[in-house]
Amino acid sequence: MSRVTPLHRDDEQSVPSARWRNLLSIAHGYGGYAIGFASLFLIWHIAAVHVVNSALFPPPGQVLRKAGELIWSGVLIEHIAVSLRRIMIGFSLGSLAGIPIGLAMGSFPAIRKVLEPYTEFFRFIPAVAMITVAVIWFGIGEESKIFLIIYTTIFIVILNTAAGVSAIAKNKIRAARSLGAAPFQVFRYVALPATVPYILTGMRLAMANSFVTIVAAELVAANQGLGKMLWDSRLYMLVDDIFVALVSLGLLGFVIDRLFRWAIFRFAGRYSPVA
Amino acid sequence: MDIEAGEFFCLLGTSGCGKTTVLNMLAGFEQPTQGRIEIDGHLVEGPGADRGVVFQGDDSLYEWLTARENIEFGLRMRGLKRSVRRERARHYLRLVGLEGQDNKHPSELSGGMKQRIQIARVLANEPQMLLMDEPFAALDAQTRLTMQAELLKIQASTHKSVLFITHDIDEAVTLADRIGVMHAGPVSRIKQIVEVDLGTEERERTNDRFLAIYKTVHAMIREEVGLALSRQDQAAR
Repeated sequence: MSRVTPLHRDDEQSVPSARWRNLLSIAHGYGGYAIGFASLFLIWHIAAVHVVNSALFPPPGQVLRKAGELIWSGVLIEHIAVSLRRIMIGFSLGSLAGIPIGLAMGSFPAIRKVLEPYTEFFRFIPAVAMITVAVIWFGIGEESKIFLIIYTTIFIVILNTAAGVSAIAKNKIRAARSLGAAPFQVFRYVALPATVPYILTGMRLAMANSFVTIVAAELVAANQGLGKMLWDSRLYMLVDDIFVALVSLGLLGFVIDRLFRWAIFRFAGRYSPVA
Repeated sequence: MDIEAGEFFCLLGTSGCGKTTVLNMLAGFEQPTQGRIEIDGHLVEGPGADRGVVFQGDDSLYEWLTARENIEFGLRMRGLKRSVRRERARHYLRLVGLEGQDNKHPSELSGGMKQRIQIARVLANEPQMLLMDEPFAALDAQTRLTMQAELLKIQASTHKSVLFITHDIDEAVTLADRIGVMHAGPVSRIKQIVEVDLGTEERERTNDRFLAIYKTVHAMIREEVGLALSRQDQAAR
């Protein structure tokens, strides 16, 4: 009998209320991130202060103070805003053009055959290699940057969208047809929503490409932006500034990528074929 | 082969005998290379809302829509008003025993429930005829029995003509008014049509008349499998 009571109590404890479980799962999700980031900065700190101990490798505290100064003076915000603006314009235009082209390629084999040489050819010429001609054609202003971001976005969005269209289960289309859907309705209400997770995945990959491309382009030829900040800081040996720019890139990329993942999960749930 | 209005017709055969091809041609997904398919004297030329198809797997459901939205899909395509769609979806959700699951997505439902959504989706569209391609083959034995019983009840209340494809003799005898036993490839033909004149209470695995029909059909299938195997042997030699 003495064992019955503790067992009973155990049972009650192992079935927490729904609210408790919610809180736990949130803590589980964000707590993991918090620990991960904390350990990253801790290891950085140990490496900088106790292992390397050089003016060329500043510890996180010092970088954070520098970041504070640069935010306060508006310099950092300015650079980030310029880079982000270029990415957003190029990325939006590239996606807007890439999605319909990808849908057409996935839906009509004839269009696919005509356009495939383009996608297969340009896919292997990285945007970084195109910086040279972009600067020659468009100068070092906004146009060349936006051109490069469009270039780095469009092919990956096309390929993923087209792959999404070809991955639709045949029975989904057949069911719609025998439920009375007209061909246009099949496209609008079946093919399009079934492809959205693939489109979002293509855009997510394109966003990562955009970060690489914008920094490279701004390193080579620009008056503003995070890449320009990196280049100037190297020129004047401002190591702290270099680290501020690097951390900014990492954080920006992380936040934007989370937003995409959230959108994919929101739309396709945990049974998305790609998320 | 003819299917009467309101009849439950099972097409029974071993795998690869062309059962699904027959259904695909009736649904209008494939064109016959010879012969013709007519419904009420009209030639079948493509898919249409007069023939509702229930597929074997769950990949025909729209996972971005809820159970209710899946059931409303055909009505929405045909431009029915929202209130009418709601009302009909509710009616058929109840008919297939999915009350209260309206707002769940297919991924949140079990295999049996997903097949119920498929059936409700087709019934809500009010077709003349149901075409069912081994709809319960992927379900566990217990769920399959429940679904068979439900289907008989639904058919008794809606009086739809049903073409039901299966390779399960037991299932065919349980459900059908008539069973078309097919030759085992390579030429797809009906070997013989068996009448199943059993009353509701006789459709029991322990019933003598049920067993007699089961044995007859079983012997036919055995014969076909034997022929197919010996043909394979000859081909191998």
